[in-house]
Amino acid sequence: MSDATLTADSIDTQAGVRRACVASFIQKQGALIVLVLLCVVAAFRYDNFLTEANLQNILRQNSMLALVALGMTFVILTGGIDLSVGSFVALAGVIAANLAGQGTIVALLAAVAATTALGLVNGAVISKARIQPFVVTLAMMIAARGLALIATGETAVRVNSLNQGFTWLGRGTIFELSVGSINIELYVPVLIALIAYLIGWFVLNHTRFGRHTFALGDNEEAARLMGLNVGRVTLGVYALSGALAGLAGVILASRLGAGQPTEGVGWELDAIAAVVVGGTLLTGGKGGVGATIIGVLLLGVILNMIKAEGLSSWWQLVLRGAFLLAVVVVQNRLNSRKK
Amino acid sequence: MNDELLRMTGITKRFAGVTALDSVDFALRAGECHSLVGENGAGKSTLIKVMSGAYTRDAGEIFVEGKSVNFRSPEDAQSAGVVAVYQEVNLLLFRTVAENIYLGREPRRFGMIDWKRMNADAKAILDRLGLDINPRATLGTLNIALRQMVAIARGVSFNAKVVVLDEPTSSLTDREVGILYDVIRRLKAEGVGIVYISHRFDELYAVCDRVTVLRDGKYVATRDLKDLDRLDLVCLMLGKQREELERKGATAFDHSAAPVEVEPLMSATNLKRGRHLNNVSVEVGRGEIVGMAGLLGSGRTETARAIFGADNIESGSIELEGKRLKISEPNNAIDAGIAFLSEDRKAEGIIPELSVRENLTLAALPALTNMGVVSRAKQTEIVNNFMQRLGIKASSSEQKIRELSGGNQQKVLLARWLCKNPKFLILDEPTRGIDIGAKGEIQNLINELAAQGLGVLMISSELEELVEGSSRVVVMRDGTRAAELRGNQISQANIIHAMAHGEEKQESGVRSQESE
Amino acid sequence: MQATTTIKRTNTSTIRQRISDAAPTYGALAALVLLLVFNSLFTTNFFAANNVINILLQVATTVLVAIGMTLVIATRGIDLSVGSVMAIASAIAATQLPRGVGVAMLLALLAALMVGTFNGWLISTFDIQPIIVTLALLITGRGIAQVINNGQLVSFANPTFEYFGKGYIGFIPVPVVVMLLVVAAAIFVMRMTAFGRYIVATGGNEAAARLAGVRTNRTKIAVYAISGMLAGLAGLIQTARIGASDAGTIGQYIELDAIAAVVVGGTPLTGGRATIIGTLIGALIMAVITTSFNMLNYPYSWSLVLKAAIILVAVYIQRPKVA
Repeated sequence: MSDATLTADSIDTQAGVRRACVASFIQKQGALIVLVLLCVVAAFRYDNFLTEANLQNILRQNSMLALVALGMTFVILTGGIDLSVGSFVALAGVIAANLAGQGTIVALLAAVAATTALGLVNGAVISKARIQPFVVTLAMMIAARGLALIATGETAVRVNSLNQGFTWLGRGTIFELSVGSINIELYVPVLIALIAYLIGWFVLNHTRFGRHTFALGDNEEAARLMGLNVGRVTLGVYALSGALAGLAGVILASRLGAGQPTEGVGWELDAIAAVVVGGTLLTGGKGGVGATIIGVLLLGVILNMIKAEGLSSWWQLVLRGAFLLAVVVVQNRLNSRKK
Repeated sequence: MNDELLRMTGITKRFAGVTALDSVDFALRAGECHSLVGENGAGKSTLIKVMSGAYTRDAGEIFVEGKSVNFRSPEDAQSAGVVAVYQEVNLLLFRTVAENIYLGREPRRFGMIDWKRMNADAKAILDRLGLDINPRATLGTLNIALRQMVAIARGVSFNAKVVVLDEPTSSLTDREVGILYDVIRRLKAEGVGIVYISHRFDELYAVCDRVTVLRDGKYVATRDLKDLDRLDLVCLMLGKQREELERKGATAFDHSAAPVEVEPLMSATNLKRGRHLNNVSVEVGRGEIVGMAGLLGSGRTETARAIFGADNIESGSIELEGKRLKISEPNNAIDAGIAFLSEDRKAEGIIPELSVRENLTLAALPALTNMGVVSRAKQTEIVNNFMQRLGIKASSSEQKIRELSGGNQQKVLLARWLCKNPKFLILDEPTRGIDIGAKGEIQNLINELAAQGLGVLMISSELEELVEGSSRVVVMRDGTRAAELRGNQISQANIIHAMAHGEEKQESGVRSQESE
Repeated sequence: MQATTTIKRTNTSTIRQRISDAAPTYGALAALVLLLVFNSLFTTNFFAANNVINILLQVATTVLVAIGMTLVIATRGIDLSVGSVMAIASAIAATQLPRGVGVAMLLALLAALMVGTFNGWLISTFDIQPIIVTLALLITGRGIAQVINNGQLVSFANPTFEYFGKGYIGFIPVPVVVMLLVVAAAIFVMRMTAFGRYIVATGGNEAAARLAGVRTNRTKIAVYAISGMLAGLAGLIQTARIGASDAGTIGQYIELDAIAAVVVGGTPLTGGRATIIGTLIGALIMAVITTSFNMLNYPYSWSLVLKAAIILVAVYIQRPKVA
């Protein structure tokens, strides 16, 4: 009798381990495989897909979303969600555009400081008042949008085009490299995103804050019992998300040459989709910044292909949502171990 | 005693006016495994939470190695060397073994986590416990037993002097329990004191040196397990004197009413669910009250939930009135005429925000509706009828059920089932946590119902209730049916005996079942 | 044990308890009255008949959506996809109009019902958080609507259909009539039917409801289906009112207004209770704020900040008391 239980149990465990392996493989590499496949298909199908201009375009267009998604990655890893980032993008853009005359650094710092502060408010309300992150950041989304509108009197703030320093942030290139006929240049927003991801990767994997971010999303109760300062980690991730959304907003304003209080609408959804499609668990605890890069690129390539295919850009919404849903269902099936 | 690691004296803890611990004493020696036992509400978990800093005490003193301590948080206790490993393993499934051991105090170099050292240190601790676990493995890929060992390793890594294990074996297989025993022996040899909570007697006797018994939040006794036989231990837990076991007359049940010959009503055969239920069979006849006894975790509630379709079973069959039922969800069982009063009133019984009326009629709604619309007249009739018949005390039928006393809530939940005129009623601890008056009323009612032909399976940890209320008593032990007592065999002494030993009684129980 | 203490406390605090239980709804009502009094003093012409009707007309679609949301939230869920469902219904109705008003509206409502059922099915069978499932459908649904409309504004001239948005019955606009009918139906469902009881039971204690024989999964699917259906209806009305289908903007952010109305009205986000009247009051509060900001010439943006604060405060007041 006890032998029977034993075998039954070990079969169960083996199946569990196998399933966990498959799960982790799909989660870690699934998005990457799809990305590579898409790129191969695109390279064969569209002549201009592999051109330098097109690839640069994909990178440049997605660099700001990448920053927002980086912050969102930290938030989602803790099991939270930040719906206010889109409004932060607008608010930061407006502030930066207003202050662009005072110098690029001042504009940048002031804008990022403002959204960081609002991110801190998010974190403080979530951890102290114990209200669901989704409600708190939803309210912040509305309020920050309101603030952006108030700050501008509901119109766009133009940046003086003579303000070279400021526009460089969004449009400049940092170095150019010529190898034969190929001319490679690196755009400033892409460089900023790259640096941010390197720092983000480092923080997530080599600092206590990073590991505790994971711990919080894995099992908050356990983390608390293990003596983690849950409140501090929560404050940290929402502040980080605010800061990165602010940075993206400044770059966007610089690119557009204006601070638009109506910009950034729907970015929170794109960022969430990128994070989840990349393979970070929406329930938190598992994933990483590498996954998010892949998620951002994957969505970017899909959009690029839809355009190349001549389909209306609305298809990207359909695919993006369907993708998100499929990924969540698959994640859920693979992780049904968590009760 | 000079080798005393931990001493707790006069520990009192209250929650919102309810005394969970009333001046409890406890002492732990170095190198001993000390078991803490008691039935529901005895205060075991409260005591270990006070011990490990999760709760603060209201009165009493705690000494660790002779020094008075005052833990305000689990971290305080950890740094003093007292570590608890809880029943549901509280670890991070997606993180590595080493991270789980060192979370919150990761070794660092220049502000960065020193992964190399962390993994090496974790390996050293695991080796010390004789565990062959890769510190880089993701915890979620390990089986539950190994996760538990990692939790213990985390405790040990704090240089723990006292390790509290709260039901460490509840989800382990027999072989895995062996690994745990090895770890415990190693810790004992190092002079660590272990507080061990388990409901399984075999384990207590296999691995523990002493036992402390708690009952209803009070200290009962501390004994050497060598000199204490199982029957005495059960008596201590249930608060019985051995010679008092034949006492009668404490409940409102009237034995004479029980029928001698019964017509079969419900029979559940060979129910199996993992380690929780091992080929359990129960039959209940029409008009019969069958008692089900067993200590906590013995499979008594699991049997009830399996019959009702609340948990999925691996195998086994359920018949009602000779027809085999296909039950995969509770509503299948309900449609067939089965009712189940859960033991956990708060989590599984009441819907707190709804009124007495709404709670009472919830299960009966299909019968009370016409084209989906609830008939007000029928509803009022039923509600008034049952509130009166069961003596439910509420300001009105519109009062929210959460505002009622436990006894009245229980009556409402009972009425929820009775108004459906079920054929077979399962009662899990129907009188727990309610006042004496309501208790008697409910017991009377159960008797009345049986007299009217209802079959009742009554699970209870109150032996008087079982002895006086049931025409047969099935005793559960470790997920199996340990014995069945009938007629003159039904006595507190025999029930306790079966709970404690089971083995020899099990034979006769099985045999009597087969001879039917 | 705990129960005995409750009974002692019950006697002394029943009344206080009652008041605090009712507080969200009465609180919302009081807030609405306060807002109206304020407006009667400071906003000229606020109570002009056409203004009052205007406010009702404005909230009509929001209230329709918010009623579906109330049912969903009562089961402890949330439905973010409502705005996109409106867009889908709008696009289908506008493109299918040549087949006849009846067919177009029926197809639109059917599609909305299907999206809602799909939401509920995913949520109950796969046990995925409602916020994610409906978020995905929020994105996809908008895209589908745009694809149906080919990304363009589809305008039409169809008096029969437009009647649902622009028509009047007596002096009351049709959308307001539809809204009032749905409000009445929802009150009826919640008060009088077994289904209404199952909704609050599922949200109040799912385990207990299941053990009492409530088919909790089926209940959940049903509320999302209803939410989808009502969003579809709102989409039709909005489209008829404008006389065109703009899949890009119709229903955008209505989920926020709806959630705000529900929460401010006194249905807690943690489920287990539902007040339809409260939701109506909640929607009116939000609309009155917008209108009075408008009439007092305060920028619209300030009303956003105020709304955000109101939502937070409402949720904070209703958060579960036990830590």
